[in-house]
Amino acid sequence: MIKTDAVIVGAGPTGLFCAHQLGIIGLTCEIVDNLDKIGGQCIELYPDKPIYDIPAVPKCTGEELTNNLIEQIKPFKFNFHLNDRVQEIINENGNWIVKTTNGKKFKTPNVVIAGGVGSFEPRKFPTKSAEKFDGTSVLYSIKDKTIFKDKFVAIFGGGDSALDWAIELSNISKVSLIHRRDEFRGAPASVQKIKELSKKNIINLFTKYSIKDVKGNGSLEEVEIKNEEGESKILKADYVLGFFGLIMQLGPIAEWGLNLDKKAIPVNTENFETNKKGIFAIGDICTYPGKLKLILSGFHEGALAARGCFKYARPNEKYRFEFTTASNTIKDRLGVK
Amino acid sequence: MITCPIFFCAYIKAMVKIIYIEHNGKEHVAEVQNGLTVMEGAVQNDIPGIDADCGGSMSCATCHVYVKEDWYDKLPKKEMGEDDMLDQAYEPNSNSRLSCQISVSDDLDGLKVHIPEKQV
Ligand SMILES: Cc1cc2nc3c(=O)[nH]c(=O)nc-3n(C[C@H](O)[C@H](O)[C@H](O)COP(=O)(O)OP(=O)(O)OC[C@H]3O[C@@H](n4cnc5c(N)ncnc54)[C@H](O)[C@@H]3O)c2cc1C
Ligand code: FES
Repeated sequence: MIKTDAVIVGAGPTGLFCAHQLGIIGLTCEIVDNLDKIGGQCIELYPDKPIYDIPAVPKCTGEELTNNLIEQIKPFKFNFHLNDRVQEIINENGNWIVKTTNGKKFKTPNVVIAGGVGSFEPRKFPTKSAEKFDGTSVLYSIKDKTIFKDKFVAIFGGGDSALDWAIELSNISKVSLIHRRDEFRGAPASVQKIKELSKKNIINLFTKYSIKDVKGNGSLEEVEIKNEEGESKILKADYVLGFFGLIMQLGPIAEWGLNLDKKAIPVNTENFETNKKGIFAIGDICTYPGKLKLILSGFHEGALAARGCFKYARPNEKYRFEFTTASNTIKDRLGVK
Repeated sequence: MITCPIFFCAYIKAMVKIIYIEHNGKEHVAEVQNGLTVMEGAVQNDIPGIDADCGGSMSCATCHVYVKEDWYDKLPKKEMGEDDMLDQAYEPNSNSRLSCQISVSDDLDGLKVHIPEKQV
């Protein structure tokens, strides 16, 4: 069990800056994110797009913003727990026990939810029957490719993940690639390669088709695909892989007993605390009259939530307001002279 | 037109009727301001089924709608990237559009869009 002054759920820009503010006022924190990288929407959705409304930064890309935020919190040496999702938050004698999908446990007086529009999860097949095989033979990511050796694998999607895996797995398995239209959004070189492999009958290519059903007694046996004319085909399949990108899903956050307004958590604007003591919500996930879903608003919300955390983390101390330019204590924390 | 400010203001403020049809057939008729997107019209009028998680930046595909042939061809053409994003939508087909990419104009008065069963 890791003890800390605050657990931050989400390593988007808001969570990162809140960590900075916690560090400045002398608190510790641990940051958990479901993605395999730091930066939230900025890094997952628009790393190369320039942002023009960060105060005093006329222009920076999503990736540059993320790198600068990471740089800014380096002095505090906070831990990141990536590829892990905060699943459960339970109250235990006034502290919060925070549990993750990978089995990590934290004990903390404060939880700061900076979860954006939710955690990034793979988009799944719409077909109900696919749920039964989810995680066994219907997969949305690949951990160990050797399981596909000499198997029939049906891959759905038209982006780089679908194309790259179709090419890679065609060396060891019997691959079908199914996509809903003729154009692919993957890299042109991969598209070219797929077309060559299809010509040589190494890959079975079906465009303008989508999934209709998956079937099997116990284990998966076949997948049925359909086109818009209503024609369908049945393909033999031991595995069905779907690569439709990521979608933000509120997921476990909805089960923590917090008030919800549509997909957002109402907070007070004094310290961004939710209806539960010691649980704060900041950034895109929070709502209050006048809320703007902007990065700059998230920064402000994080600064105030950090002060809110202070009260519970240091109940016997009084929070002291200080400037970074003037305070020697803060300079010590930052490791500057 | 440009030389007459009063007329110009009246022109750009004009409202356009958009009909949103839920998966269960329930119709919502909304007056949407000229220049806004069909997605914004839905959000402003609390029409269920259009999530628009990314706020119209074409990176979530949760504003997906179907537009039947009679209207489909009258819509502004898809820009680069829309089809790529639609690949990631829930049950896309050849009638699919992202409602955040359809700007409302006088030509679209009476446009009917069908909301999918779900967005995720
Ligand atoms: C294309 C695009 C362009 C934009 N342009 C601008 C702009 O110009 N200016 C501007 O100010 N804003 C812009 N935005 C909005 C801005 O990106 C968001 O407001 C900002 O990212 C919100 O930050 P956040 O930290 O609150 O959430 P996010 O960036 O969404 O990060 C939340 C993180 O929390 C994680 N998470 C959620 N739940 C869990 C859980 N249970 N366990 C673990 N991790 C979890 C998610 O995986 C995610 O990484 C844009 C957004 C998009 C999509
Ligand atoms: S609102 Fe996200 S793609 Fe349209």
